[in-house]
Amino acid sequence: MEGFDRRYVFLVILLVVLIPLIIPLGLPIRVSKEVLGAYDAIDRVPEGSTVYFACDYDPATLPEVHPMSYATLNHLFSRDIKVIGACLWPGGPPLLEEVLTRVGEEKFGKKYGVDFVNLGYKEGREVVMVSLGKSIPGTFPADFYGTPVSELPIMDGVRNFSDVAMIVNISAGYPGTKEWVQQVQSRFHVTIAAGCTAVSAPEYYPYYQSGQLVGLLGGLAGAAEYEKLVGVAGTATRGMDAQSLGHLAIIVFIIVGNVLYFRSVKAGGKRR
Amino acid sequence: MLPSPVLHTMAALLTIAIFSFLYRDNPVYKFAEHIFVGIAAGYIVAIEFQNVFLPNLWRPLLAGDYKLVIPFLLGVLMFSRFTVRFNWLSRWAIGLMVGTFSGLAIIGFAQGDLVAQIQANMLPLKAGSLIDTFTNWVIVVGVLATLVYFFFSKEHKGALGATAKLGIWFLMVSFGASYGFTVMARISLLVGRLLFLLVDWPASLGIELIR
Amino acid sequence: MRREVPLIITAIFGSFMVIEYFVPHPSVTGFGEMLQQWAIIVVAFAYVLGVANIVRINGEKISKRSKDWPYAFPLLAGLGFMLTVGVVFGVGNGTLFSDFYLYAYAPMSGTMFSLLAFFIASAAFRAFRIRTLEAGLLAVAAVIVMLGRVPVGTEIWDKLPVISDWIMNAPQMAAKRAILIGAALGAISTGLKVILGIERNYLGGD
Repeated sequence: MEGFDRRYVFLVILLVVLIPLIIPLGLPIRVSKEVLGAYDAIDRVPEGSTVYFACDYDPATLPEVHPMSYATLNHLFSRDIKVIGACLWPGGPPLLEEVLTRVGEEKFGKKYGVDFVNLGYKEGREVVMVSLGKSIPGTFPADFYGTPVSELPIMDGVRNFSDVAMIVNISAGYPGTKEWVQQVQSRFHVTIAAGCTAVSAPEYYPYYQSGQLVGLLGGLAGAAEYEKLVGVAGTATRGMDAQSLGHLAIIVFIIVGNVLYFRSVKAGGKRR
Repeated sequence: MLPSPVLHTMAALLTIAIFSFLYRDNPVYKFAEHIFVGIAAGYIVAIEFQNVFLPNLWRPLLAGDYKLVIPFLLGVLMFSRFTVRFNWLSRWAIGLMVGTFSGLAIIGFAQGDLVAQIQANMLPLKAGSLIDTFTNWVIVVGVLATLVYFFFSKEHKGALGATAKLGIWFLMVSFGASYGFTVMARISLLVGRLLFLLVDWPASLGIELIR
Repeated sequence: MRREVPLIITAIFGSFMVIEYFVPHPSVTGFGEMLQQWAIIVVAFAYVLGVANIVRINGEKISKRSKDWPYAFPLLAGLGFMLTVGVVFGVGNGTLFSDFYLYAYAPMSGTMFSLLAFFIASAAFRAFRIRTLEAGLLAVAAVIVMLGRVPVGTEIWDKLPVISDWIMNAPQMAAKRAILIGAALGAISTGLKVILGIERNYLGGD
C-alpha cells in the first residue's frame, strides 16, 4: 500500500456522499425505540407546561445535532409547550437563537419572552447545572440580549427545575448529556431526553437502559428518525441516503484494504 | 446585517478554502485556518463579556453586591501567570476551580454513575421471554467480565484470565459499535457541508441546483 | 502562601460542594450557591486568559518573524474584529457579530470537522487490519452497527437493524457500563485526593 495516493479514497468518499444528495434514493427510515422514548416523553408533557432546552453544542457538530433541535422544537411548539433555552457551550447561543426564531417565531407564531426565551450562555459547566437546580434566574439573571429575566413573562413562577416539566438536552460532548445525568437527573430527579453526536451516543446507552434518560437520539440517524415521527422532513432525512452509501463505502474500504493486505502477506510481503 | 447572498458566498468560499486542504496544505487553507482561530477567540471573549461578566459580575457589583469583588479579584489574579515573580498567585483561582469541580465530580460520579449503574445492573436472570432472559444474562455477565479485565491487582491467569478474556471480547464489540457510530458522525458532518454548498448557497443567489 | 492558600481554597470549595448535597439546610445550600456563583465568574476569566495567551504568542510570532508569521495578522485581525463588534454592538440576532459567527466561524468550524470523513475513510482502507479474533469481533460489530443504523441496512436484510439494536443495548451497553463504573471509582478517589490535599499536581512546581 506504500506509494498509494490517499486522495483517490477522498474522491470516492466525496462522490459517494454527493451523488445521493443530487439523486435521492428515498430509502425508508425506521424508528428505533430510543428515539421513540424521547418522542413519547415530550408527547406526555401537558400543554402549556415549560420545558428547559439545553443546547450544548457549537458549529463543529452543527450538521449532525442541529437537525435534532429543529425536530424536537417542532414537536414542543406544536404542542404549545413553553421553551426556556440556554447553552453551556460558548458557541451555542446564536445557533439556539436561529432555531428558536425559525421554528418558534416564524413557523408557529410564538412570541419571544412569552412562549420561548434564549437565556444565552453561561460559563461553569457542572457548576451551572447544579446552580440552575437551585435558581434559574439566579444563574441567568439576564437573557441572551441582556434583558433582565424578571421582565420576561415566560419566567414568571419559574424558580428552578421543579418548575419545568422536563429537560431536552442536545449535546456534542462535554459538558453535555453525561453531566446532565450526573449532576441534574440524579440530584433533582428531572426527566431528561437527550440527543447527541453519534460519537458520544454509545456511551449513553447505559443511561438509557437504567432509565436515567427517557430517550436518546444518536447522530444524524436519530435526528432523521425524530423528523419522521413529527412529520417534518428536514436536512437529516435528506442526508440519510448519502449516509447509507457513505457507510457502505467505508465497509468496502475495510474489506478491500484487508484483501490487498493479506494478498501481499501471502506473496511474501511485510506484516505491518 | 449584510445581504444574504454576500454572507452565503463568504461562507461558501471559506468552506471551499478549508476543503482545499484535502488536495494538499496550501496558503489559502492556512489563511482561512488562521482567520478561523482569530474569529473563534474573539467570539469567545465577546460572549463571555456579554453573557457572563455583565449579568453575573458587573451589574450585581454596581447594584451593591460587594461580595463579588472576591471572585473578580481571583479572576484577575489568573493573569499573574504572565509574570515570573507573581505567577504563584494564579494558583488561588486554580484552587477554586479544581476544588469546585472535584467536589461536584464526587457527587456526580457517585450518585449518577456508580450507584445508579450498579442498581440498573440488578436484572432478573429469568425474565418473561427467552430473548429477554438471554439479553439480561449477556448484560450481567458482560459487566462483570469487563470489570474483571480492569482488575489488575492479580495476574490474569486461570479462571480470572478466562473471565478477563471474555471481558476483552465485550470491550471489542463495544469499540466496534463506537467505531461504527464514529463513522456515522463523520459522514454526517460532510453531508451537512455538501448540502450547504448544493442547496443553501445557490438558494441565496436565487438558483435551485437540486430539489 | 504559595501552596497552603490554594490548598485551603481547594479544600473549602471542594468540601462545600459535597457537604451541601448531604445537608440541604438553607444556610448551607445558600452558602454553596454563593460559592457556585463565584466559580462561574472565575472560570470565565480562564477563557479570557487563554485568548490573551493566543494574542501574546502571535504577537511574539510577528516580532520574531517566526515560521508562517504573516498568518498571525489575519488571526489577530479576526480576533480584534469579533471582540470589538461583540463588545461594542452586542451579540444578538442581526448584528455584525452574529453575521460573522453564522457565515464565517460556523462554516469553517463545520468544514474542519467534516474533513474527518475523508481521513476516517482513508484509515479504514489503509490501517483497519483484521489479524486477530478480537479485531474480527470489532470489525463484525462495526459493520453490523454501520449498516443497521441507516436505511440501506433494512434494504439489505430486514433483521440487520434488530441485531444492531441488540448489540447496542446488550453487549455494547454492558462494556460501556463497566467502563462507567470503573471511571466513577477513579473520579471519586481522585476528587477526594484533591480535596484532602493528597493530589497536588495541579499546583505545578515549586
